Amino acid sequence: MLAFIVRRIITTIPVMAFVALFVFSLLYIAPGDPAAVIAGDQASPADVEKIRASLGLDRPYLVRFAEWAFRVLQGDLGTSIFTSLPVTQLIAQRIEPTLSLMVLTLIFAVTVAVPMGVIAAWKAGTWIDRGAMAFAVFGFSVPVFVVGYLLAYVFALQLDWVPVQGYTPLSQGLWPWFKNLILPAITLGLVYIALIARITRATMLEVLQQDYVRTAQAKGVGQREVLFLHALKNAAVPIVTIIGIGIALLIGGAVVTESVFAIPGLGRLTVDAILRRDYPVIQGVVLMFSLVYVLVNLIIDLTYTIVDPRIRY
Amino acid sequence: MDRRTFLKTAAGTGALAAAGGLSMPALSQGASAKTLRFVPQANLANFDPIWGTQYVVRNAALLVWDTLYGIDSNFEPKRQMVGSEEVSADGLTWTFKLRPGLKFHDGAPVTSKDVVQSLKRWQARDPMGLMIKAIENELVAVDDTTFKWSLKQPYPKMLFALGKNNSPCTFIMPERIAKTDPFQQITEYIGSGPMKFVRNEWVPGAKAVFEKFADYVPRDEPASWLSGGKKMLFDRIEWVIMPDAATAAAALQNGEVDWWETALSDLVPILKKNANISVDIGDPLGNIGAFRMNHLHPPFNNVKVRQAVMTALNQEDYMRSIVGDDDKLWKEMGGFFTPGTPLYTEVGGEMMKAKNLAAAKKLLAESGYKDEPVVCVVAQDMAATKSMGDVTAELLKSIGLKVDFVATDWGTTGARRAQKTPPGQGGWNMFHTWHAGADCVNPASYTAVRANGEKAWFGWPDVPAVETEVTNWFNAKDVAEEKAVMGRLNTAAVANVVYCPTGFYLGYQAWRKNISGVTSGPFPVLWGVSKA
Repeated sequence: MLAFIVRRIITTIPVMAFVALFVFSLLYIAPGDPAAVIAGDQASPADVEKIRASLGLDRPYLVRFAEWAFRVLQGDLGTSIFTSLPVTQLIAQRIEPTLSLMVLTLIFAVTVAVPMGVIAAWKAGTWIDRGAMAFAVFGFSVPVFVVGYLLAYVFALQLDWVPVQGYTPLSQGLWPWFKNLILPAITLGLVYIALIARITRATMLEVLQQDYVRTAQAKGVGQREVLFLHALKNAAVPIVTIIGIGIALLIGGAVVTESVFAIPGLGRLTVDAILRRDYPVIQGVVLMFSLVYVLVNLIIDLTYTIVDPRIRY
Repeated sequence: MDRRTFLKTAAGTGALAAAGGLSMPALSQGASAKTLRFVPQANLANFDPIWGTQYVVRNAALLVWDTLYGIDSNFEPKRQMVGSEEVSADGLTWTFKLRPGLKFHDGAPVTSKDVVQSLKRWQARDPMGLMIKAIENELVAVDDTTFKWSLKQPYPKMLFALGKNNSPCTFIMPERIAKTDPFQQITEYIGSGPMKFVRNEWVPGAKAVFEKFADYVPRDEPASWLSGGKKMLFDRIEWVIMPDAATAAAALQNGEVDWWETALSDLVPILKKNANISVDIGDPLGNIGAFRMNHLHPPFNNVKVRQAVMTALNQEDYMRSIVGDDDKLWKEMGGFFTPGTPLYTEVGGEMMKAKNLAAAKKLLAESGYKDEPVVCVVAQDMAATKSMGDVTAELLKSIGLKVDFVATDWGTTGARRAQKTPPGQGGWNMFHTWHAGADCVNPASYTAVRANGEKAWFGWPDVPAVETEVTNWFNAKDVAEEKAVMGRLNTAAVANVVYCPTGFYLGYQAWRKNISGVTSGPFPVLWGVSKA
């Protein structure tokens, strides 16, 4: 197991190096100029050129890449062109809201979607199954911003149960933190409920046909126990996989949700940085997301050994 | 259903429910009455008002750094940090004395050394500053509270330059900070103004916080835009950055924020129906919509082609695409300058209001247009440029120009418009933008109307007649002379189509009714505002 983990961590190095090169090159060839944004609309072309020079943007591609890569290897992701703040600090400021949103979204999605998928499989072909799957399709089909506005309108504007927008750090209390995040988590979670519920249903349908399920039922094991202990455990590998993929998708989904609910997370940081061509921030965030993706995949692989003892590394 | 339609529908349903007496949300006051929660026009992404000249940076800087003079609502520069000034009889030497009691946020007194260094940094980045630099003998501190500017030739617009509100303003910083290269960003935010910047609470893209500076001594005169007593009635001002207009509108309705600087016109009818919210014009100087044609390359290097486009365009089409059906929000322009301001003129501006397709086609035929494609670069991520671009595409086709429409984002437009290469080699023929009306009240800050060829703004118009009148304006001795100059300047700019204004438009601001003292201005005037 340990050897597997070490091997996997070592294999992330070329992956991250490729991502770094790719992102750096992509930004180099992409049109757009941060100096023009900084200089403002009334600036002369000469002023823009001076700002470009002061930012080092007029230097050759290879020089800039080498310097950047050298700094990254030392754990320095550089400094934002616009704020003059270290990229690591900007990421650190934004990571808690995004992480909170992702965790709450996953908890919400998994606690709703897995039982929904199990029950839909158990009641396959009935109105319960059709209703659950229709709900899942609805959740997947309605755009995130529509759900977001609708929830904000009902629960924030009309009922005044929760705030419309913003984020309260966990350090200021669990309830304020939860109140700010519940609507965004439901909004984002609806997409993943659909994804996880449909996979759970399909996998469970297959497992429920297996001999050991029939045996358990014949032995008089209760229906709940059969479904959630015997069958679900054996259906867990694809479900865990889709949850893991969902985490990666959440990163993208968070961008819109964070904008609608004005949450100062990494999604908004990324979009702002892209629109302004704040290269060091874009590069830093993409590198971090890539690392998260690789680590999530590693954790999923390790989780297989827990949910299915037959899997060994 | 698209995002915009949905938010209007949802917000509209809310207004109906409220009108029908359904339960309204409790108005959460949140923080104390000593805190103002303000939604600015954009994200405060950097905080050096000389290095980065975006309006949002200027607006935040107006809280933190004071200026030597400040223009009032009559466009007259009034003393602000300066207590008195003297100009020699020949107009070549200006001697300024600072008013007593000026302090920086670190407790140090503001001295003339700080002022001189701040002015030197400002000069390097400001068009009027550069003009003064070009005729300067010396700018020196005489003693702690006096500084002297001696010139090689008179500069009648000196006080306007020191008090103007367009970016960059003459913000006064401590000498050690002002020594920073004007093309490098400052990293220390010690101000001289009524509010301190709380750096450790700054989350770019989310929040900026300002705290009252207890030692700031406001002037005794009533406040008027940048002039007079900047009396801060809040202990704390929180800027809450909200990229989504519907979210900002909902937060204002819910009482989570107090004041929204740029209320989206689509949502204004909903806000107006809310008994707790006031809505009014924000900046009375508004904006001038614009598209610029590249004077260096065919077909717009031919004045007749440019005239054909200006003759055909109907400003109403452009304005309605930006502000919708609210007729209070736009005006047709017959001149290049800001409508409603003292020097506005429509002399020689008939072509701007012609709306004559037949005449335009005739001009195009006379021009010898050879069917070259017009590379029209349009930023899609800004509502105003996108709307104007769509109208322009139809306009050009309607008179027989071949259009190559390049839909892109503002970052790309900003970079591409700087290219002087031919359109087929990465250059361009047209792009869309807008100008703050505050910058277009006279030629001093109006870079877009300048026509000095290679040194001109993007499009590089070369019209000596315009430049002669700009110089005449700077040398004008009185308002009557300035007005005469402006008429000739407008005539030359229209005849040569320096660029195409697409109309003048205004925007709304909205605030909760427990906020008092809100006024219209070319920037959010936060002094003199209080909260019940």
